[in-house]
Amino acid sequence: MKTNTTTGDGFNIEINGTVGTPFTDNAKMGSRNCDVFYADKQAIFDINLDIGKHEIIAMIGPSGCGKSTYLRVLNRMNDTIPICRVTGEHTLDDEDIYAKKMDPVLLRARVGMVFQKPNPFPKSIYDNVAYGARLHGLASNRSELDDLVEASLIKAGLFKEVKDDLQKSGTGLSGGQQQRLCIARAIAVDPEVILMDEPTSALDPIATALIEELMDELRQNYTIAIVTHSMQQAARVSQRTAYFHMGKLVEVNATDKVFTNPEHQLTENYITGRFG
Amino acid sequence: MSETTKKIQQGLKKRYAREKRFRFFGLLSILISFTFLLVLLTTISSKGLPAFQQTYIKLDVLLDEDVLGVNKTSEHQALFAANYGKVIKNSLKTMFPNVKGRKQKRALKNLVSKSAAYDLRDEVIKNPDLLGTTRSFWFLAKDDIDMFMKGKIDRNVPEADRRIKDYQLLWIEQLMTEERLEKRFNTVLFSAGDSREPEQAGLKGAVMGSLFTMLVTFFLSFPIAVAAAAYLEEFAPQNNRWVDMIEININNLAAVPSIVFGLLGLAVYISFFGIPRSTPLIGGLVLALMSLPTIIIASRAAIKSVPSSIKEAAVGLGASPIQVLFQHTLPLAMPGILTGTIIGMAQALGETAPLLMIGMVAFVAEVPSGVMDPSTVMPVQIYLWSDSPERAFTERTSAAIMVLLGFLVLMNLFAIMLRKKFERHW
Repeated sequence: MKTNTTTGDGFNIEINGTVGTPFTDNAKMGSRNCDVFYADKQAIFDINLDIGKHEIIAMIGPSGCGKSTYLRVLNRMNDTIPICRVTGEHTLDDEDIYAKKMDPVLLRARVGMVFQKPNPFPKSIYDNVAYGARLHGLASNRSELDDLVEASLIKAGLFKEVKDDLQKSGTGLSGGQQQRLCIARAIAVDPEVILMDEPTSALDPIATALIEELMDELRQNYTIAIVTHSMQQAARVSQRTAYFHMGKLVEVNATDKVFTNPEHQLTENYITGRFG
Repeated sequence: MSETTKKIQQGLKKRYAREKRFRFFGLLSILISFTFLLVLLTTISSKGLPAFQQTYIKLDVLLDEDVLGVNKTSEHQALFAANYGKVIKNSLKTMFPNVKGRKQKRALKNLVSKSAAYDLRDEVIKNPDLLGTTRSFWFLAKDDIDMFMKGKIDRNVPEADRRIKDYQLLWIEQLMTEERLEKRFNTVLFSAGDSREPEQAGLKGAVMGSLFTMLVTFFLSFPIAVAAAAYLEEFAPQNNRWVDMIEININNLAAVPSIVFGLLGLAVYISFFGIPRSTPLIGGLVLALMSLPTIIIASRAAIKSVPSSIKEAAVGLGASPIQVLFQHTLPLAMPGILTGTIIGMAQALGETAPLLMIGMVAFVAEVPSGVMDPSTVMPVQIYLWSDSPERAFTERTSAAIMVLLGFLVLMNLFAIMLRKKFERHW
C-alpha cells in the first residue's frame, strides 16, 4: 500500500484502522471493507462504517480524502463512472445494495442525494419537485401530485416563498432557494436516507443557516449523511462525525467528542487547523 | 507614480493601438464579405427577376367544328385528339393575311408557344359549348418574342445577326398597337415541370424532387445521427479500440468529397440493391449518407455540452439512463443538434455532384408525386438550365437560384423557430 505524502506538519502520520465508534446497533446503512478504485488508482482504503437511523452523520476531511467518493458509494452514483470499481459489503436495512438483484433505480429512490452545486432542472418549480414522483408513478392523479409537491416544498421550507410562482422556472431562484428546491425534489420521492454532498458550500451564511435548520427538522423522518468542508457546520448539525484522511477513515465519534477531545492525532491536527 | 505604474502606462498605448487595429480588421472583413454577398444577390436578382414575368399573346380563335372534326356531342377521346394547332394557325393567318413563303409561315406559327394548342384543348374539354364560336384566348408567347419584349434582343443589330427578323418585328408592332401583347406573372415557372421550350419550362418538378429528397434525407439521417451520437457520447465504452476507430472514421467521412458518396450510392444502392435510379429515394439515401457525419459531430458536441450536474440530479432521483437521455440530455442538447441538422440539410439541399452519379441529371418533364417517381432536384435543374443554349434559360437559371435560396431560407427559418422553442436558460 502506498504511504502518505507530506504536505504539511502533522499530515504524515500512520493510520492503523479506524479509531472511535464506527459501528452502531441501529444501523440504517453500513459498509464493510469498502475499497474504491478509479481505474488502477485506489481512492478509498478499507472503510468500515455504520450510519444510524435518524442520525445526521458528518463526513469531514481535507480535499481529495475520499469522503465524496464514499458518499456516492452509498447510492451507487459511482455506477455512472465507467472506470470506477467498488468492492466490499454495503447494506441498506441489511440488504446488500451491490447485489445483483438490487435495482440501482430503486436504490436511488430510497437513498436520495443533494449535490454541492444547486442543480435544478431547467423546468418549472412544480415540475422540478414533481419529477421524481412522476418518474416512479407515486401520484395517481393531478390533485395527489399537487399535494405531494406542496408537502415537499413545505418540508423544505420553500413553500411560502414560491407558492405563487410554482410555474416559474426553478433556475430563476436564488442560490439558497435553488438548493432548498433540490432538497424538496429529493424528499418528494420519500427516501429513507438523504446524502448531502457539501450542500451549502455555494451559499451565503443566511441561506446556509436556513438549510442547517431544515436538516435538523428532516432528521425526524430521514437518515442524513452530509459531507462538509465547514467544521462549524459539522459541529452544529451532526450527531456523529467521521474524519477521512487520504482515502482512509481515521476516526468516528460523537460530534462533541471529535471537536473537543479527538482520539486520533490526525483528527486533532485537522480540526485545530494545522493543515487542510 | 511608481516604476511599475509607469511601465504599465508605457505599454498601454501600444495595447490600445493593437486593439483598435484588430477591431478595424474585423469590421473590414465583415464589410468585404457583405459586399461580396451584395454583389452576388444583386447579380442574381437582376438577371433572374425578369423570369418571373412572361409575355402572353391574345388571339381571336374561331373554334371551327369542320377544321377540328369534332362537335359538341363528341366523345372525350375525339376532343382530346383534335387538331387545335390548325385553328390557332388559321387565327394567325386571318390576322396577318399577307404572309408569304414557307419560312415566314413557320415564323408566324412560332409567335405562340407549342403549349397554346394544349391550353386550347383543355379549355374545349372543360367547356365543349365553345365549339363553333370565336373567342379570345391569351396564349404563352414563344421564348424569342418574350426575350424581345423584355429588351434582351436589340433591334439595332443587323437583321442577319438577330433572332427576330424584320417581318417579325412588324407583327409584334401590330400586336402591340392592338394591345394583344401583355407581360404577366409567370405562373408556368411554378406550376410546370422541365421542358425543352424555355417558355414552358417550370421548376415544380425540381422543387417537389428536392422536397421529397430532403424528406428522405431528414427522416433517415436525423434519427440515425442522433442515436449514434447519443450512444457514442453516453453509452459506448470509453478507451475502447473499436469505439476510437468508429470516431476517427466518422470525422474522416465528414471531409470526404461528396462525389464519392455518389459513386458509393451507384455501386451499393443501385447496382447491388437495385433501387430505381433518378428517384428522390435514391437521392435521399445518398445525401443522408453524406450529411450523417456532419449531424453526428454536431450532435455529439451538443450532447457533451449538457451540464453533468443535470444528469446527476436525474440519476440521483432514480432515473434510468434512457430516461436521463430522453428527459434531460436530448432536450437540452436539441438546439445544438438542430443547428447541426440545418447545416447538414442545407449542404444536402445544394448538392449536385453525387446526384449526377445516380442519374438525377436526367431530363424529367413530369412533376414527381412520390419518392419512387423519376425526378430531378433544384441544384441539378440549375445545372441543366445553365447548360441550355436558349437565351430565355439564362434568366430562368438565375430565377431558379433565387427559388433555391428562398427554399433554403424557409428551411432555416423553420429550424430556428424549432431551436427557439427548445432553448432553455439557466
